[in-house]
Amino acid sequence: MTDAADLRRRTAELLAAYPPATTDRLDFLRARFDAGLAWVHYPEGLGGLGAPRSLQVVVDADLEAEGAPDNDPRRIGIGLGMAAPTILAYGTEEQKRRYLRPLWTGEEVWCQLFSEPGAGSDLAALGTRAVRESGGDWVVNGQKVWTSSAHVARWAILIARTDPDVPKHRGITYFICDMTDPGVDVRPLRQVTGEAEFNEVFITDVRLPDSRRLGGIGDGWKVAQTTLNNERVAIGGMRLPREGGMIGPVSRTWRERPELRTHDLHQRLLKLWVEAEAARLTAERLRQQLVAGQPGPEGAGMKLAFARLNQEISGLEVELRGEEGLLYDDWTMRRPELVDFVGRDAGYRYLRSKGNSIEGGTTEVLLNIVAERVLGLPSEPRTDKDVAWKDLSR
Amino acid sequence: MTTQRTQPDLLYSEEEEALRAAVRDLLADHCDAAGVSVIARVESDAPHDIVTWKALAGGMGLAGLLVPEELDGQGATHREVAVVLEELGRAVAPVPYLTSAVVATEALLECGADDLLSQLASATTIGALAVSLSVTAGSAYKVVRYEGGALHGELTGIADAAVADVLLVPADDGGLYAVDASAVTVTPQVSLDLTRPLAKVVLDGAPGRLLGDAEPAVRRALRSGAGLLASEQLGLAEWTLTETVRYLKERKQFNRPVGGFQALKHRLAQLWLEVVNLRAAARNAADRLATGSDDADLAVAVAQAFAAPVAVHTAEEALQLHGGIGMTWEHPVHLYLKRAKADSIAYGTAGAHRAALAELVDLQAP
Ligand SMILES: Cc1cc2nc3c(=O)[nH]c(=O)nc-3n(C[C@H](O)[C@H](O)[C@H](O)COP(=O)(O)OP(=O)(O)OC[C@H]3O[C@@H](n4cnc5c(N)ncnc54)[C@H](O)[C@@H]3O)c2cc1C
Repeated sequence: MTDAADLRRRTAELLAAYPPATTDRLDFLRARFDAGLAWVHYPEGLGGLGAPRSLQVVVDADLEAEGAPDNDPRRIGIGLGMAAPTILAYGTEEQKRRYLRPLWTGEEVWCQLFSEPGAGSDLAALGTRAVRESGGDWVVNGQKVWTSSAHVARWAILIARTDPDVPKHRGITYFICDMTDPGVDVRPLRQVTGEAEFNEVFITDVRLPDSRRLGGIGDGWKVAQTTLNNERVAIGGMRLPREGGMIGPVSRTWRERPELRTHDLHQRLLKLWVEAEAARLTAERLRQQLVAGQPGPEGAGMKLAFARLNQEISGLEVELRGEEGLLYDDWTMRRPELVDFVGRDAGYRYLRSKGNSIEGGTTEVLLNIVAERVLGLPSEPRTDKDVAWKDLSR
Repeated sequence: MTTQRTQPDLLYSEEEEALRAAVRDLLADHCDAAGVSVIARVESDAPHDIVTWKALAGGMGLAGLLVPEELDGQGATHREVAVVLEELGRAVAPVPYLTSAVVATEALLECGADDLLSQLASATTIGALAVSLSVTAGSAYKVVRYEGGALHGELTGIADAAVADVLLVPADDGGLYAVDASAVTVTPQVSLDLTRPLAKVVLDGAPGRLLGDAEPAVRRALRSGAGLLASEQLGLAEWTLTETVRYLKERKQFNRPVGGFQALKHRLAQLWLEVVNLRAAARNAADRLATGSDDADLAVAVAQAFAAPVAVHTAEEALQLHGGIGMTWEHPVHLYLKRAKADSIAYGTAGAHRAALAELVDLQAP
């Protein structure tokens, strides 16, 4: 089994062969992947060494100390957090070899074609159709919406209906969609912040070879669960320093601008500071549990906690700024490459954080999940269980 | 002495889980809150459960967790004490553990009063710090008059004084004195929390033995008391949530288990999230106290500012969601509500701890 000493030796060898100061960024990232030091818990040949996940920090620390380039994980978050674990779990050997390396190096950005105008929280109700031709290829038609980063993505994970005659969860299949196909039309969808971080995606007669299918025909819902579970854990598992999240900027403003302080704001700030610290410690506890190989249900809660905190803290900061809070930094319509939650001004943070309780599952839906899966309370009454998708009311 | 880890260890060790299991077994046998034993006891003249205390403190040796082995203690740390307190909170056990084995013990550790420490550790003696339960570490507390070699005065709000053998009394000369309970008059006060009753202590020329300076001893005692109280509050909150979930799965109205209604599911999920966060904050405080970290003051302030609202919220929700039965004296939820509310004042309110925090993290008031 690969241990910390072994990983440090391999890291040193990589650094010796590809000195960061004189090596091209992409060349370095590719070499790092090939050395199995990208995500050490992945299998050998796929960017890892089958080592314990907890040892990644050892590699990261040594690389950071030598100024090695990173793969800009925030820009490729959907690929790393969602597409990769799903491909690893359900992909064929060929698929894993084709997609994981450029995904990890950031050469290929991924997006998620799940939500539709008529299927958000009730994702399994989706209507985008994939029909199999006699040659074995699939032809896809439909419309997706709120697709983050579709405008910069090379590939998408896509779920589509392949059998309308069975109940909705059973007739779905999971695909990899080529975003450069001429049948894929990406249109910016401007949002409350003024920019267009997400898009509408119209899919017209897009032809997907069967080699782009992930998992069995009709198994798409099961495959999508892997994606969605990883989406929520990805948000909870990070390590933050104290004041590392949204509470940081507002605390600094408080310290630097005594003229803005009021007693009411002070009480609210302290209360949120305590709650943010408790949430940070909970995320740290979750991380320690993962490292110890005993994942707890805490992950399900972290997204809920951070969504509420981000919204309350950024709202407080707008108020704290008084007259400045009446202003906004820039309403120019742009299509950013990455989502920057803590960047820009207080007003932007306030507006962007409204999405935190909607994206990746709404707070209401996540509370249902906690109540049912963690606390074991009865599930919501279902009227759609044994009805074929085509017979559901829409 | 103790080594400082930069990152707190927020998990439970196997030994800690074994300790938890042992304490839980003992409490299930001796002091069953969900049954009637605690309710019946707190109404009697002797609200404290001395049999359970003896089994726990003497039998299992848990009174001496914080005391070094050479003084007949266990030489353990705040981490283990926190686990014991979680279980005591879960059972709202009417035993003087927090007051004697934590608060009084910490004061004695600061003074180096070895003989008394040995007695407290071996549970032959119960100690109580004679400072009102509502006082926060670092703030002012009432003292008695030291005159002519004896102590004079009246102190109120002294938790578990009714069963204490020795009181640790701060006096106006700056000293902390050990006073035999037989030399003072202890009168029970009618207390909101029936399971941790308060008493008035009158000293009328009581002889005392000088232990050392009161100020550092009281500060240390109250800081640990506040930090570890968060673990008791965690246990309490967990019991109220677990019981409420259990009840709402069984209770049917409108031809459905009421726990299947989304309005209630969301409230319970919200409580679960609060409890999960409380566990991390309480664990952090215990760990930082145990390692003697520079961060201990901050960890205690965060834990206590967070714990009290959560414990009160879960207990209040538990009562509401039990409906009429929750309002009855027979159902134990009221014991938890009263403990939770009293705990929200004990060793300082959330507001007092937030004020302390403002200093520590440089978020000054206007
Ligand atoms: C910033 C942002 C980025 C996004 N990025 C992507 C992306 O990249 N790819 C992608 O596929 N999707 C993306 N989404 C879509 C997101 O996953 C959906 O918006 C979300 O799942 C909610 O679906 P909906 O918008 O259709 O709301 P609806 O499902 O119509 O919900 C409307 C309201 O009803 C509530 N509700 C619904 N069902 C229930 C229930 N059973 N019980 C109680 N309340 C309920 C909801 O909580 C909500 O308040 C993004 C969304 C946002 C805001």
